[in-house]
Amino acid sequence: MIELQKVCRTFTVGDQKVAALRDIDLSFGAGEYISIMGPSGSGKSTMLNMLGLLDRPSSGTYLLDGGNVTDLNDEQLARVRREKIGFVFQSFHLVPRLTAAQNVELPMILAGIPVDERRSRVQELMRNYGLSERADHRPDQLSGGQRQRVAIARATVMKPTVLLADEPTGNLDQATGWEVLKLLEGLLEQDITLVVVTHDAEIGARASRQIHMLDGRILSDEQQTK
Amino acid sequence: MRPADTLKFATGSLRGSPTRTLLMMLAMSIGVAAVVVLTALGEGARRYVVNQFASLGTNLVIVLPGRTETSGVGPGLMSGQTPREITLDDAQALQRSRAIKRFAPLTIGSASLSRGALNREVVVLGSTSELLGVRHMSMAVGSFLPQGDIHDTASICVLGNQMKRELFGNEQAVGQWVRLGDRRFRVIGVMASQGESMGLRTDDLVIIPVASSHQLFNTSGLYRILIEAKHRDAIEQVTKDAESILVERHNGERDVTVITQDAVLQTFDRILSALTMAVGGIAAISLAVAGVLIMNVMLIAVAQRVKEIGLLKALGAPAKQIRQLFFAEAALLSGMGSVAGLALGYAGSFIIGQIYPSLPVSPPWWAVIAATVTALGTGILFSVWPARRAARLDPVAALAGK
Repeated sequence: MIELQKVCRTFTVGDQKVAALRDIDLSFGAGEYISIMGPSGSGKSTMLNMLGLLDRPSSGTYLLDGGNVTDLNDEQLARVRREKIGFVFQSFHLVPRLTAAQNVELPMILAGIPVDERRSRVQELMRNYGLSERADHRPDQLSGGQRQRVAIARATVMKPTVLLADEPTGNLDQATGWEVLKLLEGLLEQDITLVVVTHDAEIGARASRQIHMLDGRILSDEQQTK
Repeated sequence: MRPADTLKFATGSLRGSPTRTLLMMLAMSIGVAAVVVLTALGEGARRYVVNQFASLGTNLVIVLPGRTETSGVGPGLMSGQTPREITLDDAQALQRSRAIKRFAPLTIGSASLSRGALNREVVVLGSTSELLGVRHMSMAVGSFLPQGDIHDTASICVLGNQMKRELFGNEQAVGQWVRLGDRRFRVIGVMASQGESMGLRTDDLVIIPVASSHQLFNTSGLYRILIEAKHRDAIEQVTKDAESILVERHNGERDVTVITQDAVLQTFDRILSALTMAVGGIAAISLAVAGVLIMNVMLIAVAQRVKEIGLLKALGAPAKQIRQLFFAEAALLSGMGSVAGLALGYAGSFIIGQIYPSLPVSPPWWAVIAATVTALGTGILFSVWPARRAARLDPVAALAGK
């Protein structure tokens, strides 16, 4: 499903080379719930960007759905991101001038999906996430929890195989954070692979598979059976 | 991404910052309007001159006494001679040329015109019946000079429209007598009002037979001979014929000048067209300035929207699409700016036309097209760099707002 083979990522800072990821070997299956934890600078964000094809490995191979995505060009990468990967960010990243519904519609617009289909899918998702009444509100008229729900709707509207969440509850109070987390966990039933990056151990502990990182290496990779 | 969606998205982001959008449109529209108004003015001047020549008559060849050199001093002047005058017999000899349709000899002078106590200083034209046709004039009342012997010194005159009004008011003028200089003339007709042509207002004129004018002013020469060629292609032949006939009659001396209206007209036309182009070109510089402004503002927009660009990339927009979005924005901006500029330019031309009614101000079609194309072109051209910059952003850094 997802396989990283000997993936390295080094950045050049000044004239020094800094390794953010060192020889990562990982594989995730469909419908898996993974949390990646570690202190800042441990490489967990780089890992997420790598998984989301926003960043390219300096060396190593990335297989997604059996296909090698390491050496794809910009257009091909964009296509894979569009069709297979959903992002949920800590700071939501909603487009401020677009309404909630338009934000959810955005990935489908980029994919060139016909208007009618777009409209029905947006309506369905907004209903599922309890956002129907907020569809025509702009992000600044929404609460934090609502914003993150819009962002999740946007991330799932293209029915991706992987959902990557970067500190999805980081900007939310605890109660709202739990709600959002539950919403994300509900997606597992649709066989989505959910990867949550967090430094919050309590949140990380909810995942069935917990990966701890330090200095660009995987410190531990534990499978929990509940 | 569908073209309609691209356009809609671009419209949305333009609406997102209305002040910036309006200012850029303003810059663009001022540039376009400047091109439209300035070329309209140039074109108006050109048409004004062309119209003036057309009202002078068509296929016209003008003979004037003396040799006018294009440069330097004429030979007559050097030897202290005045050029030999053109006589009525010279004019009549022109009939030998088959390319000539008709001709009108012309004398000009000024005399006092009086009727009872009313007295006016007027310009007196001496000519023949052909003048009416050659100069495209028309009569209001009565008849023009009758056909007949060119040497006939009949005491008849034709009044310009305004002269008639000043001397006779609403009275019937035809058949009445007026005094011109020391002779009495009977009014046989009144010209229709026709405004100015080449600086001579026919409304203020008095026209008498050419031989009578020679008596009145005690001269024997002609001021001009206006010749109308049979058709456009015959103009050259007429020029040659007139020259050769008159040179022959003047003992082989080339002491007349023959100019064609066409040549003068073409020169004016060329000069004024060039002027219009030059002025339009200068105005087009303001379009380039507007283009630079668009580039500047686009670069700021890219910087301001780094996170949005990062997001679009994360959501699966390839670099090409990001570029297209920024191009669409630039195209929309300059498109709307052009439309506003055209409206502004036409309005401006209209107002100028109202202020100077004699100037046929209207923007030439080529300038309108050129202004629009230049506006769109510069808008898109100057957005290439900002668009590329946006498309090249690293998504990770862009999402972090760096």
